[in-house]
Amino acid sequence: MSVLIARRLARCVVLFLLSLVLSYALASTALDPRAYFEDRRPPPPARVVDRELARLGMDDRAPLPERFAHWADAAVHGDLGRTIDGDPVRAEFGRRIGVSVRLLLVGTVTGTAVGTLAGVWAAARRGGIGDRALAGFSFVVLCVPTFVLALLLKTGALAVNRAVGGSVIKYTGERTPGLQGDWSVHLRDTAAHMVLPALCVALAAIALYSRYQRAATLDVLGADHLRTARAKGLTPGRALLRHGLRISLVPMTVFFSFGILTLLTGAVFTERVFGWPGMGSWLIDSVEKGDVNSVVAVNGFAAAVVLLAGLVADVLHALLDPRVREP
Amino acid sequence: MLGRLARHPGALCGLALLLALVALAVAGPYVCRWSYTDVDYTALRQPPDARHWMGTSRIGQDVFAQVTHGLRKSLLIGALVAVVATGLAAAVGTCAGYFGGWTDRSLMFVTDLLLVLPGFLVLVVLAPRLRQWGWLAPAGVLALLGWMVTARAVRSLTRSLKERQFVVVARLMGVGPVRIIWRHILPHLASFLVADATVTVAGAVVSEAGLSYFGFGVQPPDVSLGTLIADASDVALVYPWMFFFPAGLLTVFVLAVSLLGNALRDALDPTTVRAAGPPRGAVSGLA
Repeated sequence: MSVLIARRLARCVVLFLLSLVLSYALASTALDPRAYFEDRRPPPPARVVDRELARLGMDDRAPLPERFAHWADAAVHGDLGRTIDGDPVRAEFGRRIGVSVRLLLVGTVTGTAVGTLAGVWAAARRGGIGDRALAGFSFVVLCVPTFVLALLLKTGALAVNRAVGGSVIKYTGERTPGLQGDWSVHLRDTAAHMVLPALCVALAAIALYSRYQRAATLDVLGADHLRTARAKGLTPGRALLRHGLRISLVPMTVFFSFGILTLLTGAVFTERVFGWPGMGSWLIDSVEKGDVNSVVAVNGFAAAVVLLAGLVADVLHALLDPRVREP
Repeated sequence: MLGRLARHPGALCGLALLLALVALAVAGPYVCRWSYTDVDYTALRQPPDARHWMGTSRIGQDVFAQVTHGLRKSLLIGALVAVVATGLAAAVGTCAGYFGGWTDRSLMFVTDLLLVLPGFLVLVVLAPRLRQWGWLAPAGVLALLGWMVTARAVRSLTRSLKERQFVVVARLMGVGPVRIIWRHILPHLASFLVADATVTVAGAVVSEAGLSYFGFGVQPPDVSLGTLIADASDVALVYPWMFFFPAGLLTVFVLAVSLLGNALRDALDPTTVRAAGPPRGAVSGLA
């Protein structure tokens, strides 16, 4: 088990470092930080722009390997460079990662749990009204692009608020700025702001995973050991949950690691639409400004999330299926 | 296969919707007397009426003309991306699966590497540089970033095909590997690739709309469904026609393509049809 995890971890680290190199090369060649300074009114003298770019490590006249070596040297020591406005990337990273991780964690965990259970339920009642309703729901949700879904949720919240005549549902930002009160007030405020964005991420996860889980459960429904479990007197539901669920979760671990890509991309839209200052909004803003160091930081975060999800999926797989544990 | 497809209600529905949308995209600009850049100063923010079938935008542009033009662009990008991405996936997947060894390992490493960086993020980073090339460049990058998962599936299919007798016999007869892949392996994958390409079209259209929503895709004065949705998103309640027509068309298009893709997959793969049929085995009591 530990050998397996160590091997996976090594592969993940290699892929992560390579993706950092790639995204640095990509961001440095594709973005144009010089234009950001030159577009200022009044335009600063060329010498000032050069000096500023050199200070930020984004000087496009220096060769790429040299810039990368400089950045990597600092990054090893925990310094991720500066944003184009001169603030440390690390501080900004720290501020935004909490927002994004909160959204992703709440959204995916709720979505995965509900989706899995809904899938089992639909498989057990296959052909019934509930099963068909769930299939229709998943199909429609998967067909609505994430940003349209987010905009629809936001518009719906706006309509409800207008009808009621107050701000019942919060749809902008992740907290009320300048809110006074003790921690319980803050907690309630954060939770209220969380509902719609998390729902947006969770809906996609529910739609995605309930289909997979339904198919996986149908595959084990005919298994001999489930019949044995029924024969020894377990109720149908209990037999399915105790003996069927575990096996049907094994293929799900693979889908989990693939699905995280979809959810991560969706979260970029969700953050943007609901005005959350997370990693996704940061990426869009940084690309518009030509902020190389920030873009690399966000891409590193995305790669880490994807690889971590893959690792979690592998560990879960090994935990659920004893045959994998032997190397 | 076509017969099985014709009996599938989802397939017929999807096909009808898709044909209607394509007709709308192709014929729309000719039917409408406004072009997507025309401005009607006498009708600002008008709800749909006989003069402007889908109303007008904030500066008096005809929404129907804009939507059909945007739809045309979206469909073009989707079709192009699907063809290129599926071709790439077939080439990489069959080579990796057939040759094995180092070819396989290096190709799959590249595939994994590209999978680690979410394609959409790469696209967003590249977007400012691609602006000068018009809409063709984003389509090319979408294709370059959209083949990985399919390539993995093609690889595993090829690996099992490789051991089949007709391939082994061809190899023993001295047929070259390229010819085997082209004449014996690809025809067996064709049905899978067609079904997969359909789904890729939908994915590409959605990605392009998302890019344009952020302002990174199609640039003004050109319009696509994404830019139309972005422009109208903050006034969706006040001027619903500006938002719901493009958003609705985008959703209906994805719906149609998915219906057709699912039906194609079912028609091509007899096992899924059986799985959806009556329950098998003795555990029907579980339901």
